[in-house]
Amino acid sequence: MINIVNLHAEVEEKKILKGLNLNVKAGEIHAIMGPNGSGKSTLASILAGKEDYTVTAGNVEFDGKDLLELSTEDRARQGLFLAFQYPIEIPGVSNVNFLKSALNEIREYRGEEQISAKDFLALVKEKSALVELDSKLASRSVNEGFSGGEKKRNEIFQMAMLNPKLAILDETDSGLDIDALRIVANGVNKLRSPKNAAIIITHYQRLLDYIIPDFVHVLYDGRIVKSGGKELALELEEKGYDWIKEELASNAE
Amino acid sequence: MSNYTETDLEKDLQDQEYKYGFVTNIESDKIPVGLNEDIIRLISSKKEEPNWMLDYRLKAFAVWQTMTEPEWGHVHYEKPKFDEIAYYSAPKQSKKYESWEDVDPEMKATMKKLGISMEEQMRLTGVAVDFVMDSVSVATSFKSKLSELGIIFCSFSEAVKEHPELVQKYMGTVIPTSDNFYAALNSAVFTDGSFCYIPKGVRCPMELSTYFRINEGGTGQFERTLVIADEGAYVSYLEGCTAPQRDENQLHAAVVELIALENAEIKYSTVQNWYPGDKNGLGGIYNFVTKRGICERKSKISWTQVETGSAVTWKYPSCILKGDYSIGEFYSVAVTNNYQQADTGTKMIHLGKNTKSTIISKGISAGKSQNSYRGLVQIHKNAKNARNFSQCDSLLMGDTCGAHTFPYIECKNPSAKIEHEATTSKIGEDQLFYCKQRGLSEEKAISLIVNGYCKEVLNQLPMEFAVEAQKLLAISLEGSVG
Repeated sequence: MINIVNLHAEVEEKKILKGLNLNVKAGEIHAIMGPNGSGKSTLASILAGKEDYTVTAGNVEFDGKDLLELSTEDRARQGLFLAFQYPIEIPGVSNVNFLKSALNEIREYRGEEQISAKDFLALVKEKSALVELDSKLASRSVNEGFSGGEKKRNEIFQMAMLNPKLAILDETDSGLDIDALRIVANGVNKLRSPKNAAIIITHYQRLLDYIIPDFVHVLYDGRIVKSGGKELALELEEKGYDWIKEELASNAE
Repeated sequence: MSNYTETDLEKDLQDQEYKYGFVTNIESDKIPVGLNEDIIRLISSKKEEPNWMLDYRLKAFAVWQTMTEPEWGHVHYEKPKFDEIAYYSAPKQSKKYESWEDVDPEMKATMKKLGISMEEQMRLTGVAVDFVMDSVSVATSFKSKLSELGIIFCSFSEAVKEHPELVQKYMGTVIPTSDNFYAALNSAVFTDGSFCYIPKGVRCPMELSTYFRINEGGTGQFERTLVIADEGAYVSYLEGCTAPQRDENQLHAAVVELIALENAEIKYSTVQNWYPGDKNGLGGIYNFVTKRGICERKSKISWTQVETGSAVTWKYPSCILKGDYSIGEFYSVAVTNNYQQADTGTKMIHLGKNTKSTIISKGISAGKSQNSYRGLVQIHKNAKNARNFSQCDSLLMGDTCGAHTFPYIECKNPSAKIEHEATTSKIGEDQLFYCKQRGLSEEKAISLIVNGYCKEVLNQLPMEFAVEAQKLLAISLEGSVG
C-alpha cells in the first residue's frame, strides 16, 4: 500500500525526519508511537502534502505511484486520508455540502459518475450512524462550534464517507473522553477491510485497546527505532520511552 | 440550487474571462456627444416627453452645473469627461414590442448569451423581466398578467407617458435632483429605466426583474428606477447588469428610488457585474449610483447586493426610516480583484420611533484592489427606541489588496441601541490544506470558503439569483490565492 524509504525532511532548516522507513501492506493497521517532538505529526503532514515541509531525501511509493510527485488533492483522490489532530473550521459551509463536493471531485478524478442526491443522503445516514454522529451535525457548518469530541468524530465520519485506501489518524485520541474514544475506535474498526490500511499516530496505548494494531513502531528522533507487535505498545505504556533511548545509546557505543 | 451541480461550477470556473464581454451588432440611434441644454432637449424630444419632464431635466441640469464631483470616497480614478459622452443610444428598432415574438432576433441572441432567455424565464421561473439595452427598455414580459392585479411594471419612459400622475407625485421625493453630483446628472440626462407600482394590499405574485446592459461604445448609461409599494403591498425586485469588454471607461450613473407606504414591503436585490476592466486595470465601468428608499409606518425595505463588477463602484443603498416601527435592511457582498475599487455601504436614517435597521456587509478583496465599507447610522432626536445592528466583515486574499471600514454613527436619542461588529480575516492556508486533503481543488476550495463566508447575504437572494451570484463570486476570484 505505502512504502516509505529513507525519508528525510526538514522545516525551516530544522531536520525532523532523518531516514524513516515504513512499509504498510493492504489489510494492515500500523501504530506509530513516540515521545513529543519525535516527528510523528510531521510524518502525517508530509504524507498528506503540506507545503511547509521540505523533503530532502528518500521516496514514498503509494499504491504504485510516487506519492511525493502528487499534489495534495491528487493524493486525496488516490485514496489517502488524513484525520487531523486539530480539525479546521469552515464557517458557512455545511458538512454535507463540503463532503458532497469532495466526493464528487474524487469521483470525477477517477472517471466515475457524480453521486445522486438520493444515494448521497443514504450514504450520509449510514456513515453518520457508524460514528453515532447526530444528523444535525451533518448539516451544520464544517467543525464550527463543534466540541473537541465532535470534531474528532466528524473526522472519522468524513473518512467513512470518502472510503480511503490508506487512512492516517493523527492523534485522533487526544482530547477524547472514554465514550468518545470507544465510538471513534468502533468506527475505525468497522471500516477495516483486507483492501485498505491505516496508520495510527498516538501518544498513548489507550486507543490501541480498542483498535488492535498489527504492528507497533516507535518513532524517535526522526527514525523508526523499534518495531513489534501489539505487545510493544503495552510495554511502552508500562515502561515509558526511556528504556528505548537507553537501548539506543548503548547500541551507539 | 437544485439543478446546479458542482460540475457546472467547475465548467464555469474554467470560463474565467469576463463572459459578458461581447458586443451585439445592432444598429443604434446615437446622438452626438456632449452635454448642454440642447442635448437635453433632444433627449426629451426623442422620447416624446411632456413639458413637465423636460422642465424637470433642465432644472436638474442647472443644479448640476453648480456642483462639483465628490472626492470623499476612497477611490482614485480619472474623472469622466462629460463632454465626450453620448447621452443617448438606442437600438435602432426602438419601437416598443407588442409581443415577445416581435423582438429582433439579434437582441434575443444577446439575451440568450446573458443567460436570460425570456422564453425560458417565462416558462420556468415566472419572473417578469424588463430589459434595458443602452438607454432604452426593449421588452417587458408578463405585462398583462400583472395588470390584472393592477400592478404597473413598465419602462420609465412609458410610465412618464401613461402614468404621469404617479411619476410626478413620487419622482425625486426620495432623491432630490440636488442630492449629489451624479444624481443631478442622472436627473438631467436619464434615458430610461424601470417603473413599478404595486397597488394597495397587493402581493406581487412573481419576482420583477430588470436587466441592464450597456452595448454601445462611447456612451454612458443613466437609468432611473422608481418602485412604489402602496399600503400593505409587497414586491421583490431584481436587477442585473453587464457590459461589453472595452478599453475605455464607461460611466453608469443610475438613480433608484423606493417608496414603501404604510405596512408595505420592498425587497430589492442586485447582482452587479458590469465589466471590471482587464487584469492591468484598463477599461471597465464607473458605477456611480444613488439608491435610496423611504419607509412609512410599519413598512420595510430590504436591499441585497452582490457587487462583483465595475472598475470603480461608489454606491450606498440607503433607507430613510420615516414611519414608526419601520425596518431597513442592507445585505451586501462586494468583491474586488485586480485593480478594482469599491467604496460601498449604506445609510440608515432613523426618524421614526421604534425603527430598526440591520446591516450585514461582507467585503472580499483580492489582487491589487481596494475595498471599502462606508456606512452611516443616524438616530434622530425623536427616534425613540431605535435599534441598529451592523456587522462588517472583510476577507483578504493575498497581500497586495486593501480592505477599509468607515463606520459613522450619529445618535441624538439616548434610548437608541446600536451594535457594531467588525472582523478582518484572511483565507487560511490551513483551511485550504484541509479542503485539498479531502480531494478538493484549490478553486473549488476557495469557492466553498468564500460562499460560506457570504452565506448570510446570499441567503437573502431569490434562488435563481443566488446560484448566479455564487458562480460570479467564484469566477471573480479565480486565481487570486497563492
